[in-house]
Amino acid sequence: MNPLRAIRTTVNNLLASGAGLIALAPIYLVFANALKTVTEASSMSAQPPLAPQWGNFGAVIDQGNLVTAFSNSALYSFASTILAVLLAALAAYVLARRRTRRHEIIYLLLIMGIAIPTNYVTLTKVMQLTHLIDTQIGIILVYAATQIPFDVFLIYAFVDSVPRDLDEAAFIDGCSPIRAFFSIILPMLTPVLVTCGVLNILNVWNDFLTPLYLLGNSDNWPMTLSVYNFFGQYESNWAYISADVVLTILPVILIYVVAQRWIFSGLSSGAVKG
Amino acid sequence: MNRSTEVARDTSVLPGRDLTLPGSSSRPGRYYRLRNNYPTWFAGGALLLYGVFVLLPSLLGLGFSFTDWSAYSTDLHWVGLANFATILQPNSEYVGAIENTVIFTVATIILKTVIALALAVLLTSGVRRLAYLYRALIYLPALLPMVAVGIVFKSILDPDVGLLNSTLRLVGLGGLAQQWLTNVSLALWSVIGVDTWKGVGYIMVILIAGLLAIPRDYYEVAKIDGASGWQAFRYITLPLLRPVLAVTTVLNLLYALRVFDIVYVLTNGGPGYATDTVYTAIFNAFSLGQWGVATALSTVFFIVMLALGFVALRVMRRSEVAYS
Repeated sequence: MNPLRAIRTTVNNLLASGAGLIALAPIYLVFANALKTVTEASSMSAQPPLAPQWGNFGAVIDQGNLVTAFSNSALYSFASTILAVLLAALAAYVLARRRTRRHEIIYLLLIMGIAIPTNYVTLTKVMQLTHLIDTQIGIILVYAATQIPFDVFLIYAFVDSVPRDLDEAAFIDGCSPIRAFFSIILPMLTPVLVTCGVLNILNVWNDFLTPLYLLGNSDNWPMTLSVYNFFGQYESNWAYISADVVLTILPVILIYVVAQRWIFSGLSSGAVKG
Repeated sequence: MNRSTEVARDTSVLPGRDLTLPGSSSRPGRYYRLRNNYPTWFAGGALLLYGVFVLLPSLLGLGFSFTDWSAYSTDLHWVGLANFATILQPNSEYVGAIENTVIFTVATIILKTVIALALAVLLTSGVRRLAYLYRALIYLPALLPMVAVGIVFKSILDPDVGLLNSTLRLVGLGGLAQQWLTNVSLALWSVIGVDTWKGVGYIMVILIAGLLAIPRDYYEVAKIDGASGWQAFRYITLPLLRPVLAVTTVLNLLYALRVFDIVYVLTNGGPGYATDTVYTAIFNAFSLGQWGVATALSTVFFIVMLALGFVALRVMRRSEVAYS
């Protein structure tokens, strides 16, 4: 074995594990401190807990009203994702199959939404006019609307890989457009729909700005808003704050472990192949 | 893929099955009931939601920007360009916020791209075993909610007991310990650092996909011709990665200009207005009930993003062509 090469391999591995360590350190820190007593955690040090305080989680769930926040986050993520993915798939399918000038314009209008920012100030006005401000259904609709552009973009590219003969065969057999879509096309789109679904769920789960503008009533707050509020209230109690943060990020980490493949394929298909 | 050649093709209109009488008439069109198999209304739901909750607020914003819309009065008056004058006053909070946003954007784009590229090269050619594990670990922060990240870094950057300063003191670099979030000239850079820590893995994953798409043969040929590792990187990797780098730059740009959560949690725009950004300034004006000013700033931002969106679209399309 070439000694120069061995040294280089070692250095490369050290660099890579160093980067991994830097990425992991803050996450380790919050997990370690979530299990400490209040005094032990007061300096948020990297030492492991002396004896794990599992009771912290119970106390935080109780005092932070986390059952409500957790179910709100789950409701917003899943409901808006199902709505967005379904509507985006319907739109992307028709727009990709019909390439007239008019359909091109509709497509471009929709995917402009990836770039243009939501005007939250006037959005509150629209929500008031439609009586949707500070309601769960309101924020679900807003989330669906903001996810649709990216979903359309991803699904549109995928529809092209589904052979047109397939839908034409269905039409010749007398399928209605709706039936052909649901029983022939939708199953073929499964990979891209799962990718969109996972990315949407994570986006909505992590979002902080939208509920900050739209939700005043704390019964409607998702985890992000509730953990921020908890942080303000228990400013020096780092054990409880850490436990609350852990409960906020744990679902994300679980989804990541389970759905890694779909997340990575979404990232690279959106960027590398177009 | 060249879309423009396909614009004219529209095979969506096929004859319906029920009235097929082929060849039975000299004017077959009369007996065919044309059925549209790809009805445009399929796009209706998506367009409706997007129209009401994304486009409509932006269009309303254009109008409300010219009014004294506020929390303190129920009637609206036309005030012309007064809101824009407030925003663009020299030394106003808003000009500072725009400057900070530009600094944040340029700095995070450069930092994330350079670090992500180095890591991507390392994980695709420097490290073989465990490369998947490293990729998964380095990407993890990108998925976490920014609020949670902000709270954790608020403790790490604490000047007295925070992990960063105590580690610096531990290794004898106590002189480098800083008031990371309260020093006026440092706070913005601390925010940039945290954002880079969180976002670099996302860019890295995309660049890895780009690197893996470059055919291995190119490097083998270069090696036979006696090219050094740096030459191979400079003359093969970089040029072939350019379309992907264009995409990551666009993604970074669109994200960075909207930065809010991390600033709101770490510094809330402070100390003073040292880390105020466009989005925190809009939120502040909104919270203070100055809805007209908040809308005017949102509208300026909307127009900038719309323009950048068109540029981005061209860049993305060109890179698609370059890659196929």
